[in-house]
Amino acid sequence: MDNDKIDRIINKHRGKAGSLVQVLMEIQEENHWLPREVLEKVGEKLDVPLSRVLRIATMYKTFSLTPKGRHEIHICTGSACHVRGARRVLETVQDLTGIKPGETDSDSRFSLETVNCQGCCALGPVVAIDGKTHGRISPDEIADALKKYD
Amino acid sequence: MARINSAAELEELRKDIVSKRDAAKPCVAICAGIACLGPGNDRVISAFEEEIRKQSLEARVEIRATGCHGFCEKGPIAIIYPGEICYLQVTPEDVPEIVSQTIVGKKVIDRLVYTDPDTGEKAARQSEIPFYRNQMRLLTGNSTRINPKSIEDYLAIGGYAALAKALFEMKPDQVIEEIKKANLRGRGGGGFPAGSKWQTARNAPGEEKYVIVNAHEGEPGAFMDRALFTGNPHLVLEGLIIGAYAIGSHRGFIYTRHDTPQLRENIAIALAQAEEYGLLGENILGSGFNFNVEVHLDVGIFVSGESSALMRSIEGKAPEPRPKYIRTSVSGIWDRPSNLNNVETWANVPQIISKGSGWYGSIGTDRSKGTKLISLSGNICNTGVVEVPMGTPLREIIYGFGGGIPNGKKLKAVHFGGPMGGSIPESLIDSPLDFDVLAELGTSLGAGDMLVMDEDTCMVEMARYFLDFLSGESCGKCVPCREGIRQMLKILTNITKGKGKEGDIQLLEEIAGVAGEAALCSLGRSIAKPLYSVLKYFRDEFEAHIKEKRCPALSCQELAASGGAKEK
Repeated sequence: MDNDKIDRIINKHRGKAGSLVQVLMEIQEENHWLPREVLEKVGEKLDVPLSRVLRIATMYKTFSLTPKGRHEIHICTGSACHVRGARRVLETVQDLTGIKPGETDSDSRFSLETVNCQGCCALGPVVAIDGKTHGRISPDEIADALKKYD
Repeated sequence: MARINSAAELEELRKDIVSKRDAAKPCVAICAGIACLGPGNDRVISAFEEEIRKQSLEARVEIRATGCHGFCEKGPIAIIYPGEICYLQVTPEDVPEIVSQTIVGKKVIDRLVYTDPDTGEKAARQSEIPFYRNQMRLLTGNSTRINPKSIEDYLAIGGYAALAKALFEMKPDQVIEEIKKANLRGRGGGGFPAGSKWQTARNAPGEEKYVIVNAHEGEPGAFMDRALFTGNPHLVLEGLIIGAYAIGSHRGFIYTRHDTPQLRENIAIALAQAEEYGLLGENILGSGFNFNVEVHLDVGIFVSGESSALMRSIEGKAPEPRPKYIRTSVSGIWDRPSNLNNVETWANVPQIISKGSGWYGSIGTDRSKGTKLISLSGNICNTGVVEVPMGTPLREIIYGFGGGIPNGKKLKAVHFGGPMGGSIPESLIDSPLDFDVLAELGTSLGAGDMLVMDEDTCMVEMARYFLDFLSGESCGKCVPCREGIRQMLKILTNITKGKGKEGDIQLLEEIAGVAGEAALCSLGRSIAKPLYSVLKYFRDEFEAHIKEKRCPALSCQELAASGGAKEK
């Protein structure tokens, strides 16, 4: 965790309660999760009660209150990917990693999330690993792709 | 760049930009849209840059990374102007040949142009390709002709002329009158007349008023707003500024998703450029009108696209909707009059002001005017964004533009409007694209997302899928929505697993009825819509699942034990 960067983000919005979502988003993008002490600091500096910080942090799906694995797998389960077999892709990934959406495996290799439409339905089913898009992917192909990440 | 201080200066600048441009200069327009990113448009763009450098053509050839071209199925797409030669599924390896053969040699490379899958006929120019041929690309047509990061490109095609006309030749009431006469209806799903909404906000008491672009686009299968906004951000911004002037607002908000970096970047650049050129900020174009815009981001919840929830989110609060009897156009952000329209609605405004409501009214049907962007997805040959006049028969969209159903399968149903819309069966696809006709059929045009489903799709499973989607998206504030979804989902899941009971359909209808009446917001009240439409047109599928423990589409795997499903 890079405390300086996090402090810079918080200080940019100091005293502005209305920037709460923005601050948490920037920290999430930087740090990939929101530790408790960071949330406390955000509340203090933006002058927002911790209860409200936690309410926002638990409401939006992008925010994670637990550490993420080294590689983040995002599987699109939007409608177009769904009718093109996203469920089978998801099941394969779940079997191979032993984790369900929202979880991280015990040796912190993978975190798994399902996401709604990513806007590239022509490529469905779509899986993004660490931001790289794998389109028109079959269960076999995703199994192969996962081997490349350790 | 110095600020532009009058309408005359704007026209002078435009003339100056156009005069410095050579229409005959070759230009490669490469789609930098999100769907082309997967197959590697970034590598194609780099390859063009490198090859142009290698052949020392930098001064003679322009490379333009544009917004979505719409034909996502065949991406990455590169169009070579002035000949408008359109190459599909371009790879970095094709690039040296394109540069030497087409750009320098003016020859068409046959293997890269469109080939009709039925007749084998080739189409080299973009406008000859069946996917584009019959579209009416009033909003999206310029996306291949401009660099979305360049305000000069937008000015060169006549940008901000409508704003100047509104500011200097029209009173705010006249602008509203024009939008009313054009009968521009909200493109976000409701189809509510934009002019009336503007009028309400204008008339509402209070000095401080807000205008908002809803670019949340949370419905799965909807990607046309992102395509339009990313590809031509100034068009939407121009519409917004005109709206702000008409309503009397000096502060605007753009609310969009955090997970589309290209869109975020293009909006930020557009806002900075508009301000630099004096099209935003204090004393716009020397008219005395002041207007500023800020961007707010959703971080991943569907309900925050609902207007009142979105406004709570802008206030920095949890995105929970309010009851609908409080109109946001009277009491929205911080309880002040707030006029919200979606991306496509705002994008329609400049052309209505420029060309007039009479022209606009000549396009479309009796009660649905103009064109509509449709994002085609699912079991369809050509996934992508099409723009067609209202009233176009759905059959033409599916078979004409969409190219029909892949793998020789039969069309089963078309679903509009995502988890708050409905499905109609194949037998009704001769219906026109029209707000009211689709509503009468039990679906809704929604934002224009059209999900095509083939014969292997189980409609019970689709109804279950949409409720499953919503179960993670309900904000939980009101009981009918929160609990209604859970209970309906439970029943539907049981049915797809062969555990359906006699009476389940009646129970589903009862819960759906209560949610539809008693939920707080339009999300809650629409949760049962997909289910209703499926029950209306595909009731026999429910009965087969419940009574015969059989999935007619052979899709539900848990029914496999009884021989009712096949491996897919």
